[in-house]
Amino acid sequence: MDLHLQDIHSLAEGLRRREFSALELTDTLLARLANRQQELNAFVTVTADLARQQARDADARLARGDHHPLLGIPLAHKDIFCTRGVRTTCASRMLADFVAPYDATVVQRLRQAGMVMLGKLNMDEFAMGSSNETSHFGPVRNPWDLSRVPGGSSGGSAAALAARLLPAATGTDTGGSIRQPAAFCGVTGLKPTYGRVSRYGMVAFASSLDQAGPMARSAADCALLMDAMAGHDPLDSTSHPKAAGNFSAALGRGIAGLRIGVPEEFFGEGLDPEVATAVQAAIQFFAARGARILSVHLPHSVHAVSTYYVLAPAEASSNLSRFDGVRFGHRSEQRSDLMELYCQSRYEGFGPEVRRRILIGSYVLSAGYYDAYYRKAQQVRALIREDFRRAFAEVDVILGPTTPTPAFALGDKSTDPVSMYLADIYTIAVNLAGIPALSLPCGFTAQGLPIGMQLMGDYFADELLLAVGDAYQRETPWHQQSPKEFGL
Amino acid sequence: MSTEWEVVIGLEVHVQLNTQSKIFCACPTAFGAEPNTHTCPVCLGLPGALPVLNEAAVDKAIAFGLAINAQLHRQSIFARKNYFYPDLPKGYQISQYEIPIVGKGHLDILLTDGSEKRVGITRAHLEEDAGKSLHEAFVAQSGIDLNRAGTPLLEIVSEPDLRSASEAVAYLKKLHALVRYLDISDGNMQEGSFRCDANVSLRRPGEPFGTRAEIKNLNSFRFLEKAILFEMDRQREILENGGKIVQETRLFDANKGETRSMRSKEEANDYRYFPDPDLLPLHLAEERIDRVRVSLPELPDVRRIRFMEQYGLPAYDAQVLTAHRELADYYEQVAENLDAKIAANWVMVELLGAMNKAGLEIPDFPVPAGELRLLLQRMADSTISGKIAKEIFEILCSEGGTVDAIIDAKGLRQITDERAILALIDEIIANNPKQTAEYRAGKEKLFGFFVGQVMKASHGKANPDQVNSLLKNRLLSQ
Repeated sequence: MDLHLQDIHSLAEGLRRREFSALELTDTLLARLANRQQELNAFVTVTADLARQQARDADARLARGDHHPLLGIPLAHKDIFCTRGVRTTCASRMLADFVAPYDATVVQRLRQAGMVMLGKLNMDEFAMGSSNETSHFGPVRNPWDLSRVPGGSSGGSAAALAARLLPAATGTDTGGSIRQPAAFCGVTGLKPTYGRVSRYGMVAFASSLDQAGPMARSAADCALLMDAMAGHDPLDSTSHPKAAGNFSAALGRGIAGLRIGVPEEFFGEGLDPEVATAVQAAIQFFAARGARILSVHLPHSVHAVSTYYVLAPAEASSNLSRFDGVRFGHRSEQRSDLMELYCQSRYEGFGPEVRRRILIGSYVLSAGYYDAYYRKAQQVRALIREDFRRAFAEVDVILGPTTPTPAFALGDKSTDPVSMYLADIYTIAVNLAGIPALSLPCGFTAQGLPIGMQLMGDYFADELLLAVGDAYQRETPWHQQSPKEFGL
Repeated sequence: MSTEWEVVIGLEVHVQLNTQSKIFCACPTAFGAEPNTHTCPVCLGLPGALPVLNEAAVDKAIAFGLAINAQLHRQSIFARKNYFYPDLPKGYQISQYEIPIVGKGHLDILLTDGSEKRVGITRAHLEEDAGKSLHEAFVAQSGIDLNRAGTPLLEIVSEPDLRSASEAVAYLKKLHALVRYLDISDGNMQEGSFRCDANVSLRRPGEPFGTRAEIKNLNSFRFLEKAILFEMDRQREILENGGKIVQETRLFDANKGETRSMRSKEEANDYRYFPDPDLLPLHLAEERIDRVRVSLPELPDVRRIRFMEQYGLPAYDAQVLTAHRELADYYEQVAENLDAKIAANWVMVELLGAMNKAGLEIPDFPVPAGELRLLLQRMADSTISGKIAKEIFEILCSEGGTVDAIIDAKGLRQITDERAILALIDEIIANNPKQTAEYRAGKEKLFGFFVGQVMKASHGKANPDQVNSLLKNRLLSQ
């Protein structure tokens, strides 16, 4: 039985029919994972014993006739979600030994649904990066080409999914951290509307942009995960009162009559021709099935990256202040006085990219620069939001490439932060606006690297995006491809 | 202080709101627990934890805003004040910066010459308190207690309208009484529930404000007064010797009675304030403001005027009796259906005197209002005399018990039986023939001698009015 090749829907079916138990499924995946971890480095922590325990609990529930669609399905969490009793590192030396005394709401909700946690997934340190190279635990490799990056920051999630180590993973997306690695690894990932999934227990990077979301093999699987993940959380003040939804029930709609906007700004200079061709083919796919293709303008999206690199570091500089070596996290041995304790602990605990962003953020918030940077960036953010508002008056979804290029080589951009930041050029505006976006595979390059496209929707159009993505995936093979060495 | 300098003072007062739980989590706010027991991921600032605003704190801020006739901002913003300190768990304090919940308002204070002065209040904003660093119990280390971290504070900032130490004290006392009236704070200064920073500068009258020093950590009215007086002397000396005042933060040392420099403006933190993205803007609906308005208690100024009108009390009495909500409540219980002025005298002289002597506040004072009221009733219905009443009050204060039980147990009931008093009078007259003869011959001064003798013979219990009239009749009816 190639259990590792099955998606959530078919695994759930198999569990329901008692073709295999949750424990068998978990053991199968744990065994594969043990073999593959070394070359991919997708996991920071594997929780085999805990997983088996949770699988046994799931089997007991199954035996009692409980048939929740996620019951007994294995997953792993990006190591940014706090898990009680299991370390939460954020892929940082700062938190290498940090064990939270509580579960993130996302973790709790998926556990209640009966999912089995296999472990914690590698990522860019504190979710700051687009290649997974900033991890304290070393880079994750792209299963399609081990010399390439999986994208970031949710690189471990995307790589593990692509390598068929697990059928489901959580990710977080502040500027593209779910969608860009999903595109690089040929998997499907949703960045939900800001406020639909609780941020409680998710280590904060940039609070006004961070949003947790599902990553899986298909839009339909993402919908199942969203059914459990989304919902109002009284512990998160930015959680929307109407966050919950029935995402799976929204699937199955047709495409005819759908108004699809194509933003010119996403097809200009810098876009790899192979990516452009694949995305154009997807547009043709929808057009051929009765969708209306309309041109839309997002004139301020060219400022998205610079706006983001003011606002996100500003919030990060404050969010990361709590890592001071006083109560938890790394504490330097060099601490002859309080100032040294702070400076050394933070210097040793944070990697260079995190330090860079703290410095940028502190600078743009400092007296005399606030108006020129932070306040100005907030004004541009409002303009970007307004761009989308105008566009969604005309169209139902906006379609474009997720990334300008397919996965790049390890080391390619790690010494040039600005070129790294530009890897998120198409994803960042979505976070600034707070709207949902789905990345899904739409083809391969001649070299066999996956290409991703992005569907963006208006606030609370998450269900629509998943339904459109699902309609596409019912007729296309891209999301079912797996890299050769790993798929077997 | 030479007359040509004028002091300019503005106060920043931190009032701990008496909510059950902290401002951004459900941990209790109770004082005095074992260190770090009233904590949770939120107030410990653990990774991933998020704040959720305590609505009760908002209602208390609204109540304060209404009480000082302030503009309430229908939308206010929580901001992060970023700085590193070991007892500040998140590395920032959640406060309000650009738009506070309470805008401009005012408070009227009574000056010593009896006139009123209006003191402007610039703003009042909600914020969380930090924890405490404990230096004593550790060797070469400091302990951190985060029980207080996240306790709700209302920071009330006055305009620089105060012109003397005594005005500053009057303002602070008025503010203290107000927050207790509103029941938004226990006002406990020793536990730090009500503390004050003072901005003090000197100028020549009519000239622009001088450079100020901010004095921190003033947790009593006396310390405020002493610190301002010390600071005035210090600044005057510098200015008169041609020096310049450095803008700085100074700490008041209560043991030495002086202020000393903490940090100058140049060393001051850049707090890098920005709106807290974890909290939505705080919107105040009109219905909510109305609901708080309806629930407001009678405020001190209104009550003072009512005391003058309803009880016919002089302005001074009304002022003293309404200065504290508990005292005013106590007085009203005592005075009900009794002579209001007599009740006022008793409360102001006997009660306040005894409280002062014992160092107790109303809630801890052993004589409940009902007992004092009964005591005054027994006086009014001639069961006891005023002199005996004072004796009983002392017994109530020192030993407790009830008025009637003490009267009975100690046999203090006043003698009002005419025959019994006459018997005493006749005995005294019979035993003092010489004085009786002199009195009857016109030496009326001796009347007091007879009264004293009768009272003495009755052990102070004979009704003095009856003694007076019966004695007069007996002496004259010869």
